[in-house]
Amino acid sequence: MAVTPSLAISIEQMGFKYPDNTTVSFADLNLQVATGTRFGLFGPNGAGKTTLMNLMTGVLSADEGSIKLLGQETGNQNKEVNRLFGFVPQDFSFYQELSPAENLEFFGAWAGLNKIQIANRTDELLHILGLEDVRDKPVEKFSGGMKRRVNLAIGVIHNPQILFLDEPTVGVDVQTRTAIISYLRTLNDNGTTLIYTSHQLNEAEDLCEQIAMIDEGKIITQGAIGDVLKEHKHESLEELFINLTGKAYRN
Amino acid sequence: MFKLWISIKKDIRILLRDKVGISLMFVMPIILVIVVTSIQNSTFQLVNKNKLPIIICNTDTGKAGAQFIESVNKIGMFNVSQIPGEKATTIADAMHDKDALLGIVIPTNFSSQVNNKAKAASDKAMAAFSGQTDSVKAVTKQAANIDPLTLYYNPVLQESLRFSIQGAIRSALQLVQTRETLRTLYYASNEKELPKSLENEMLNSNTTINMLPVSKDGTRTTPNASQHNVPAWTIFAMFFVIMSLGGSVVREKVSGSFIRLKTLPTNYLVGLLSKQMTYLAVTLIQAVVIFSIGIWLFPVIGLPALNLPADLFGLFVVTLVCGWCAVSYAICVGVFANTQEQANGFGAISIVILACIGGLMVPSFAMQGMAKTLTNISPMHWCLQAYYSLFLEGAKLKDVLNNIGSLFIITIIIQFITYLGLKRKNLI
Repeated sequence: MAVTPSLAISIEQMGFKYPDNTTVSFADLNLQVATGTRFGLFGPNGAGKTTLMNLMTGVLSADEGSIKLLGQETGNQNKEVNRLFGFVPQDFSFYQELSPAENLEFFGAWAGLNKIQIANRTDELLHILGLEDVRDKPVEKFSGGMKRRVNLAIGVIHNPQILFLDEPTVGVDVQTRTAIISYLRTLNDNGTTLIYTSHQLNEAEDLCEQIAMIDEGKIITQGAIGDVLKEHKHESLEELFINLTGKAYRN
Repeated sequence: MFKLWISIKKDIRILLRDKVGISLMFVMPIILVIVVTSIQNSTFQLVNKNKLPIIICNTDTGKAGAQFIESVNKIGMFNVSQIPGEKATTIADAMHDKDALLGIVIPTNFSSQVNNKAKAASDKAMAAFSGQTDSVKAVTKQAANIDPLTLYYNPVLQESLRFSIQGAIRSALQLVQTRETLRTLYYASNEKELPKSLENEMLNSNTTINMLPVSKDGTRTTPNASQHNVPAWTIFAMFFVIMSLGGSVVREKVSGSFIRLKTLPTNYLVGLLSKQMTYLAVTLIQAVVIFSIGIWLFPVIGLPALNLPADLFGLFVVTLVCGWCAVSYAICVGVFANTQEQANGFGAISIVILACIGGLMVPSFAMQGMAKTLTNISPMHWCLQAYYSLFLEGAKLKDVLNNIGSLFIITIIIQFITYLGLKRKNLI
């Protein structure tokens, strides 16, 4: 019987710089996330959240150090590790000309599912996310909330063990946000590790167990959410956020 | 294989929903091939079937002027109309009024000058026959020149056609002068008129010229506007897939779909292979549609029908390699472009340039120097040469392997550049 590693993510002494050297960079970054955790990654605009997520998912390759998902090294050359996780990018990352069912068929195949698995998961996900009635309609005509649900469905079609979510509820109404958060909790209850970024700190406080705050490519605090608030003597994540990252505008 | 099949399905679905892209790939080239073939067919007919309208203003009152007009008529390539001699100064206006492309003014003393010249030639010949060398020299000095005929032409006439016209007029002129010389010479030696039958026998060449088109398969089909244009614009249409495919690659890159594809356990090369196969099928369909229009629609709308080459397998192979090259080029542009506007703008302009230097718009045999060298880098040139060999010369596949090989090498180079672009942009 295969033993699930205790760490979903292990980043050690990771360094990364963009070629233009003008945007955020990381140096000697260390981060560990236990399996089955609901982990929140927060920071102001330009802090490096999306870059870190791209590094963890192999979209970008680290210059130094290592990034492991469930014990396997990530990177451009290792496609096998990509079976372990799902990614829900901030942008609508699918084909707007296609219907939800057609998108799920394509991305399901690329995720390694066979025809029957794709059919079953498509029915299941469209039902759970309330997209059954529009399963064959082109996504380009959908509302923002519906597109967010399609984006999420594609990310989880292959039942990943780790799910990366980059602001999955941005720009949606309360109903959609509630449905998405509820579904994420269900996934986590079934063993999926969630790595989540958002600027909705109330929502994050409600969803996450563990957090890390980053700014200018550095982790400025991390730990269980209660412990972090206690350590910095704050009542809410929002207060903590302002206290640690300041009130100045960020680009 | 399943991933590839699903990717092809996805690409076909996206393609079928891209109405503008389909219009650009099919409707535009069809319109283009019909319009250009119609225009060129009119030009072909003007040059090959219609007589060139010519106005002759005869200011001469003698026989030679009239004989010259009769000779011009007999050439067969002119539709002659005359205006009175006193209108010589306004011949340009007359040409304009009567839509004539050519005008000739016969000088006033044409007949007398022709007669004088004939007399001089005759005297010279007679003196030479009798061995009187001093007389020959004296006659040579006396030989008068003939005032030049003036040939007016419309500047739209191509230089090569003007030279043909000049040659034809010169032969008519020569006939008039030779006839007069023969008559004078005959009279000088026999003191009677040259018999008509003898005159005809001496003036008419008995050597006929058989004109036969040369083709590799021995057939004698004369190329027409359809045989020229349909293959050329089919190539253009195939390269026009860039408007849909180049944009599709860019859209995938900038829309975020690509980020997700990178996080999935499948290499993006599967996606590129899928696009190549899908759009290669599109190029083959384009060729079938445009060739079908040439075969079946053209005769209905009064254009010459397209005759397919005898070697259909050769035609298929050339079309396949050309389509693959067009698709590879479109993907290459899509990989390097950062926006859809860049892909479409650069794609469209570069195709027109490749078509120009490839000989689609100006025949490559008419190019000189650097332009001639540049034709070799255009994939359209190699494809066009292969098509022309098949369509116009009755060539077989083995005859066009050289062209296919060059096209294949260019395609491989484009694919390699695409691979480097994907690597450089961290896309694979």
